[in-house]
Amino acid sequence: MTTLDLPEVHRSAPAVRIENVVKKFGNVTVLDGINMSAQQGDFVSLVGPSGCGKSTLLKVIAGLFEISAGSVVINGMEPRNAREEMAFIFQDANLLPWKRVLGNTELPLLLQGVAKDRRQKRAREMLELVDLTAAMDRYPWQLSGGMRMRVSIARALTLAPRILLLDEPFGALDEMTRDRLNEDLLKIHARDRWAAFFVTHSAAEAVFLSNRVVVLSANPGRISQIIEIDLPHPRTALLRETEPYLRLVAKVSRALRTVH
Amino acid sequence: MMKTLAQRFAFPLFPLLAGAVIIVAWYTIGHIYGRAEGYDVQRIVIPFPHQIWQALLSEQAILFQAVRQTALAALLGFSAAVLVGYILSMILASAVWVKQSLYPWVLILQMTPVVVLAPIFVLWIGQGLPSITAITFMIGFFPVVANTTMGLVSTDRNLLDLFRMSNASKAQEIMYLRVPFAMPYFLTGVKIAGTLAPIGAITGDLFAGTSRGGVGGIGFMVILYNSQLKIPELFATALVACLLGFMFVGCVNLVHWYLLKNWHESVRRETGI
Repeated sequence: MTTLDLPEVHRSAPAVRIENVVKKFGNVTVLDGINMSAQQGDFVSLVGPSGCGKSTLLKVIAGLFEISAGSVVINGMEPRNAREEMAFIFQDANLLPWKRVLGNTELPLLLQGVAKDRRQKRAREMLELVDLTAAMDRYPWQLSGGMRMRVSIARALTLAPRILLLDEPFGALDEMTRDRLNEDLLKIHARDRWAAFFVTHSAAEAVFLSNRVVVLSANPGRISQIIEIDLPHPRTALLRETEPYLRLVAKVSRALRTVH
Repeated sequence: MMKTLAQRFAFPLFPLLAGAVIIVAWYTIGHIYGRAEGYDVQRIVIPFPHQIWQALLSEQAILFQAVRQTALAALLGFSAAVLVGYILSMILASAVWVKQSLYPWVLILQMTPVVVLAPIFVLWIGQGLPSITAITFMIGFFPVVANTTMGLVSTDRNLLDLFRMSNASKAQEIMYLRVPFAMPYFLTGVKIAGTLAPIGAITGDLFAGTSRGGVGGIGFMVILYNSQLKIPELFATALVACLLGFMFVGCVNLVHWYLLKNWHESVRRETGI
């Protein structure tokens, strides 16, 4: 498996550091006093009621939103300048309907000006990773929701990001597909060790994936609780039946109920 | 099985039956009128279908020339409408203030009926093809501008964010996102322009048509036949104009289908997976 030539990042340095972040839309304070950091390899889930600003926080990290106060530092850079280190996975798969699966996957490389044979080679590798080699020549409308999401993941991985931002990626999928994708995502994470920020509504999903769950409260969005998930790796489907896992899911659910 | 078989035959059969009924009715009314007013008058007021057919055959050389002229004007005006329309849309969509300052003027231009402008065009650029083309252009270009501009400014927010996250340049964003995203909108405009183009060319011909260098276009023949009370020939001209319209729209629809067949909801095949 080849990787792109990207600078090695110091493992010890925090990949993402968020300090006293405030985000206002007009007079409405959406995020207030957010402090958070994540190292390479961290998997952080953001959960909270609708309107708690978790998606906004993700877009702040991505540099898609300007913040009103505080600071966000990504590998020593401002978010806008650190986009090459990050990839964003959107709520719906967000594919270009006029491009085939391969064309969609290689899009980030195309935009970087990578030569055709090289970007197709890389895109093929990523599609193999998400088990979509057979569907390479299909258009998005010819795919199921789960497959579309896999393309989206493959696309996000083509540039070998250090930080992955996922905005409720599996929210619209059925439970079986979602579980399966969660397991696959963890496998890729174990291999690549990017830092992940994962927005979700599901306590179970958050616990399964993360080593830390951040619970946000709404109006304005504040961090109400941070729950460490000390479950062992590698995590497989069987983990979902174990006592410690279920206890943690219950704990996150309880935390969510108190902020509702 | 029976049902699908019936449906399959129903498609050509029902329109043909309806057509036969119309023709019978036509003959009946013609005969009633002929009995009352004399068949000389009937021939001018409601000629029988076979009389129209005879007129078509006797005038076919002239009508063929007329169609060729009108088709040329329609094609030129249509092409100009599509090209200028697209460029103008790109300019309008480039910035909010550009659209705000220019769009009302495009609207005003569109709201002015072309038949009012037609004599002015003739005054400025004279009789003949250039004027007819200009009139066709005027009729066709607004649908292209309106639809394409709409498409260019309504690009999906998330897709725009995706491009921003990928550090795409403005040029890349236009080339790989905005333009393909606007394609179905643009083609809708093109389809409307295509339907209007033959009508525009005939209207233009009514005002600016000449018979210089042979015969005139369809509009010119309409005026000529009408003034000579050659009504069966007039009906034959209508038939030919209708055919031209079908051909034109057919070609445009084919392009529309071809460009979108793989991905857009409006034309793609039904099944997935």
